[in-house]
Parts: sequence; structure tokens; C-alpha cells
Amino acid sequence: MKKMTAVTGNEALAEALRQINPDVCAAYPITPQTDMMQRFADFVADGLVDTEMMLVESEHSAMSACIGASAGGGRVATATSGPGLALMWEMLYVASGMRCPIVMPVINRALSAPLNIHCDHSDAMGARDSGWIQLWSENAQEAYDNLIMAFRIAEHAGIRLPVMVCMDGFIISHSVGVMDFLSDDKVQRFVGDFTPQEALLDIERPVSYGPLIVTDQYHEYKKAQNEIMDSVFAVTEAVASEFEYLSGRRYGLFESYRLEDAEIGIVVLNSAAGTCKDIIDEARENGVKVGLLKPRLFRPFPYTAVADALSHLKAVCVLDRSDSFGAFAPLFAEIAASLYPREQRPVLLNRIYGLGGRDFMPEHVEAVINEMMDVVSRRIAAMPKKYISLRQYY
Amino acid sequence: MKTRIITKSTCKPVISEAGNSAIFKTGSWRSLKPVFEAAHCSHCLLCWLYCPDMSVIVRDGKMEGFDMDYCKGCGICALECPGKKGMKAICMVKEDIL
Repeated sequence: MKKMTAVTGNEALAEALRQINPDVCAAYPITPQTDMMQRFADFVADGLVDTEMMLVESEHSAMSACIGASAGGGRVATATSGPGLALMWEMLYVASGMRCPIVMPVINRALSAPLNIHCDHSDAMGARDSGWIQLWSENAQEAYDNLIMAFRIAEHAGIRLPVMVCMDGFIISHSVGVMDFLSDDKVQRFVGDFTPQEALLDIERPVSYGPLIVTDQYHEYKKAQNEIMDSVFAVTEAVASEFEYLSGRRYGLFESYRLEDAEIGIVVLNSAAGTCKDIIDEARENGVKVGLLKPRLFRPFPYTAVADALSHLKAVCVLDRSDSFGAFAPLFAEIAASLYPREQRPVLLNRIYGLGGRDFMPEHVEAVINEMMDVVSRRIAAMPKKYISLRQYY
Repeated sequence: MKTRIITKSTCKPVISEAGNSAIFKTGSWRSLKPVFEAAHCSHCLLCWLYCPDMSVIVRDGKMEGFDMDYCKGCGICALECPGKKGMKAICMVKEDIL
């Protein structure tokens, strides 16, 4: 029998970092991530890892130090949340442009103002175009597994790009859930030794990083970065199948839940998928053919595979925990772009839920399912974008 | 001048040879290039004087052409060129980049 443990999401990720034992970790505390790096700093202080822990003065400095350490030839990790990720913004593009395979858990938190420390995906969505690979995680187990796989994807010889592992703040980071940890030995063998490429600290072969590339080739450089992203799909799938052999847990580019024979579907990221699956099971018992698609790899985005999974449906509701004010929300935009080329495609709804940690409850899923059923059976036109779970009064 | 185009396999902003500034050519920044018409040149050398990149080649006091490895195509030479009998000795044409 497997040894199951009850831990918080942050504990699970700190444990993964202990097992991986990166060379350098530069971090700055920010809620709800603080608790993870504090635990990891304990591992450093207790001598359980050899990591050089750098306590810097801001997230901009944290990412800068990580880039330096990565260019120097080390395996590098950090973590952040919400405004911390926003402060890293300039350096995120430097990390991906310099091909630094940094791995960073992002514990999703709302952006100010108004000040809010709770779960919201606006932070990672703001960084979606930064050239980082993004893996999203429903629970502590998936986040732990994603974090271990992230090192293999980031450090793959043909990729060498940074990876964010997104996990919901508080809902997962601070809640206790059941975990199946892999042994230290298994994780270390899976992740393997780090092979630096063109390391700054290799004094036998000196190199300079970050020269100027202007109008003559910057355009070609960015095209090349885009092409590298295209090869991430195959590597992510290959790493996942090796991981399945190790752990018995199977991960695709996205999770498809009861979609094959469905008529309507929900698309949602991270922890809300758990609530949706429960309500989908209930609705199925009442004869409602509903399913769910939960993206795992959000950057690069697997447009064709997502369209294959959704195009047979009559209606799809994309639930976004972030917004693009005055426009459709980020996840909706991707799903719409996936489906547009298909002749047969569902009616699409965009519903904004859970901003700043607003609870996402079973009745919200029921309401969304009912709305989709109305759209399908009574051919009612529905507003394309709408906020749900709004308060009417205090 | 031939420049290697960046591809997927060379997509990394790393300079791996020491003393490489001598081989760093800036001519690829050009979108316009100067064309020299010797017949209209009085060898006043205003082009040589004004060129910010020392890309005007002068031998024995005579203008001979351009060093295209470093000419960025700013067009100052063409603007300053007084020419001969109303005809400029330097004109700018579109660089054929494709």
C-alpha cells in the first residue's frame, strides 16, 4: 500500500524542492508563497540540501539573481505570488530570452489595488506572454508532480526555457490534502544531474551573456523562441509518460473529464476543477451530459488538441479566475481561438468567478450547467461574458 | 556582407569567442545603403568628415567607396554631398534584405 501523507500545498512543494536539491535559490517572501520558501530555508539551515539560499531585497532582485546563477551554470529555483510576480516582470523576459531553465512555483494571488492576498489567476495570466512555460495544478499532488516534471522540461537540451508551476493560493497552498510523495531516491533519479550549457563560471571557455541584437535579427530571434515553444508539447508528453511509469499518475497536456459523450462542457484551471468534477458527477446521475476540460500546459497552448476535445459539444462555458478589463478573459480567448477554425463548434460563454479569493461553490457550477442547458435546449442567447457569484447585498 | 541568421539552434544571446569585437559587424543594421557614383565626385571628402562610423574609404586623398561591414545607412554622407554640376555622388537606395 502507498504511504499517504496529509500536507499543505506549500509543504508539498517545499518537499519537492528538498528532494531536487537545486544549486541556487534566490527568493523574497510574499503571501501565500512565503510559507513554502520558509520551509525550504529550514531545509537549507538544517543541512538537508546543499542549496545556496540567497535572501534578496525584492522579487526583481530574486529573479535577477536566479538569472545570474542559471547563466553561471547552476540548477536554479525560486517561488513567488501575485505582486511579487508582477515585480519580476522585466526579468521574466530576460530569463526566457537568455534560455535560463529556472523553475518557479507561482502560488496564484490577486493583484493590487485594492490590496488582496487571496487566490486569483491575474498574476500568472499577466506573465503568459513572457516566454515562460506554464504548468497549472489542481491540487497539491498535481503541483508536486508538476514541479518535479518542470525541471525535466526546463532543462531538456532542446528547450532550456524557464517554467512556472501554478498552484492556487490558500485554497491549495494552505489547505491540508492527501499526498503520495515519491522517495528522495526516485525523484533524484528522475530529475537527474544538471548539465550546464555555456556556463559563465566555466573559465576554460569564457562567454558573455546578453549582447545587443537590434533590428537586423531581433525579429528572427523571437521567431526562434516561438519555434522552441512548439517543441515543448512533445517533451511535456514524453516527460509525463516517464513520470507515469515512476508514479502511476498520468498527466496529459490537459485533463479531459467525462467529455467524450458530453453535450455541454466546462473549461476551468486549477483547484476549481475539483468542485466542478463533483457537480458534474451529480449532474450525470440526473442525466445531464456534461464534462470538463482542465488545461495543464497553458504555455505553450495546445490549440488543436483542445479543439479536438471540445468541438463536438453544443455549449462550453469557460470559467476564468482573472479578467482582461473591457475584453474577454485570458482562458476564454484561448478556447475561442482553438475552436474558431472548426466548422462544428459549441456556443461559448465566458464566466468570471472567484476573483480575490471569492469562494467558488457547488451552486455556482450548477448555475453554469443550467445556463448552458438553457442555451442549448431553449436556444436562448446568453451574454458572452458575465461575472458570476456576485453579491447582491450585505 | 553575409550574416548568419539566428535559428532555433542558435537562439541564445551568448558570445562564446574572446576578442570578438573585431568580428562584430554592424552593417546588418542598415535598411538603406549608400551608392557611390564616382563621375559626380569632386573628392571634397565631406562624406568622410561627417560619417559617424568611419565607413568612407579614402585612399591618396580620393574617395573610393564605403566599408559596408560598418555602414549603418544613416544617409548623412548623401545629405552632405555637394556633388558636381547639381548631381550627387552619393545616393541612398533600399537595402535588399530578403
